[in-house]
Amino acid sequence: MTQTPRPSILPGLFACFLAFAATAATAEEHKKPHAAAAVEAPKDQVQVPKPPFTEGIFPCSQCHDPSAMAPNQKRRVLKDMHTEITLHHGPDTRWCLDCHDAFNRDNLHLANGKLVSFNTSYQLCGQCHGDKLRDWRVGVHGKRTGMWNGAKQYLLCVHCHNPHSPHFKPLKPMPPPARPEAIQLKNGGAR
Amino acid sequence: MTAQEPCQPSSGGQCPSTEEGSRREFLGVAVAAVAAALTGCEKLSAEEFLQDKFTELSKSEVQTVIARLEKEYKEKYGKEVKVGNAPPVPGVIFGYALDLSRCIGCRRCVHACVKENNQSREPEIQWIKVLELEKEEGVNLQHAEHYYNPDEVPREGHFYMPVQCQQCKKPPCVKVCPVGATWREKDGIVVVDYNWCIGCRYCMAACPYGARHFNWGEPQIASKDVNPETHYLGNRPRPKGVVEKCTFCIQRTREGKYPACLEVCPTGSRKFGNLLDKESEIRYVLENKRVFKLKEELNTQPNFFYFYGV
Repeated sequence: MTQTPRPSILPGLFACFLAFAATAATAEEHKKPHAAAAVEAPKDQVQVPKPPFTEGIFPCSQCHDPSAMAPNQKRRVLKDMHTEITLHHGPDTRWCLDCHDAFNRDNLHLANGKLVSFNTSYQLCGQCHGDKLRDWRVGVHGKRTGMWNGAKQYLLCVHCHNPHSPHFKPLKPMPPPARPEAIQLKNGGAR
Repeated sequence: MTAQEPCQPSSGGQCPSTEEGSRREFLGVAVAAVAAALTGCEKLSAEEFLQDKFTELSKSEVQTVIARLEKEYKEKYGKEVKVGNAPPVPGVIFGYALDLSRCIGCRRCVHACVKENNQSREPEIQWIKVLELEKEEGVNLQHAEHYYNPDEVPREGHFYMPVQCQQCKKPPCVKVCPVGATWREKDGIVVVDYNWCIGCRYCMAACPYGARHFNWGEPQIASKDVNPETHYLGNRPRPKGVVEKCTFCIQRTREGKYPACLEVCPTGSRKFGNLLDKESEIRYVLENKRVFKLKEELNTQPNFFYFYGV
């Protein structure tokens, strides 16, 4: 995905508008029977398992303590920590603090600055991927388990898509079926 | 054996008139004995030989049959196997939709299905066949390959199309069955009575989707691998010489659960629900996505749909 880099203020404004549109859309979604029937959860949320954090990494405020060290908000490539993360998501100019909040490290923030917990990170994703969020809410994007006529379990976007590199990774396929000739060769098999 | 003792009025209340009953039973056992002698099928019990078509059994007869099967399975596999006979849920017709733009052909569904539905491991039977198709060709079955085995899927320039029973509204397999051993249930699932199937394989010839599979050999499943939660018309262990097929996991879906293939899919390509429920995700797919039916021109009218989620 290549978007225009952000030298001007215009894209920022556009993002704000998008975020607003997304929240407005989600509020409306909840009034629809689709979302209401499918989701037995507090109004603003969908029940999902815990976000897939690397072990021991959360809460982020363990290390990122604003009282001990002022956050460096300068856009840069990280050299000391989190070097294992390479960002393959969106424009080149995107970086950590576009989604992570500098002052509330245990939260994320939307483009309009509204804080979002890691448990509802789909709101953040939905700012740009509104069509996917819509489909996900009605159970068409992503996997649901549970009952087709009752309680369902959702997954967060980040359970399948690494937010730093969201393309779904290739998998090793499970074994192919036996060819007919292979079946006949075996003893006690086919005939 | 029930046949040797005349029917006691106190024993069940299901007996026809005593004389009629004993004559029938006598004849039945005699025929069974002759049949056993002629065919060499010693394993076939008289009860099994005399069992009527599932659709024509009374409630108590169904219970007797199920008790017999459970006993046989326990002897064979050394563990309790529950054989259910849950009827269709009223007001429900099942539909399935598969997202071709997301499936990556990893075959998790194939193997989850084998595990859930007690397919024979040796000789191998699989109810789902995943076709690898060329993007340049589109859904052109002339260019399909299902033995693909690269290190990683999806392969460049290819897409994947799992094919299983399409649960047709006009199932050609049902039409051709000479004995009525297969039929479409009220919830849209096409089922087989393995105890009534004579193994003629007409249905396999009639099915345009290759969805039916024949037990050429004695099906072999290790005891530890047998799924003990079964349904009479679904995943109970099958005998040699009968045809079997996908039943949308009848033992799960009639309980409200999702099919096993859906739950295992890592990409969330599989969608399932009640076609009569306007709020179901399956209806959302049918109303909002680009949907097609496989071999629609044959007028089999599948309740299995393929769609493009993006």
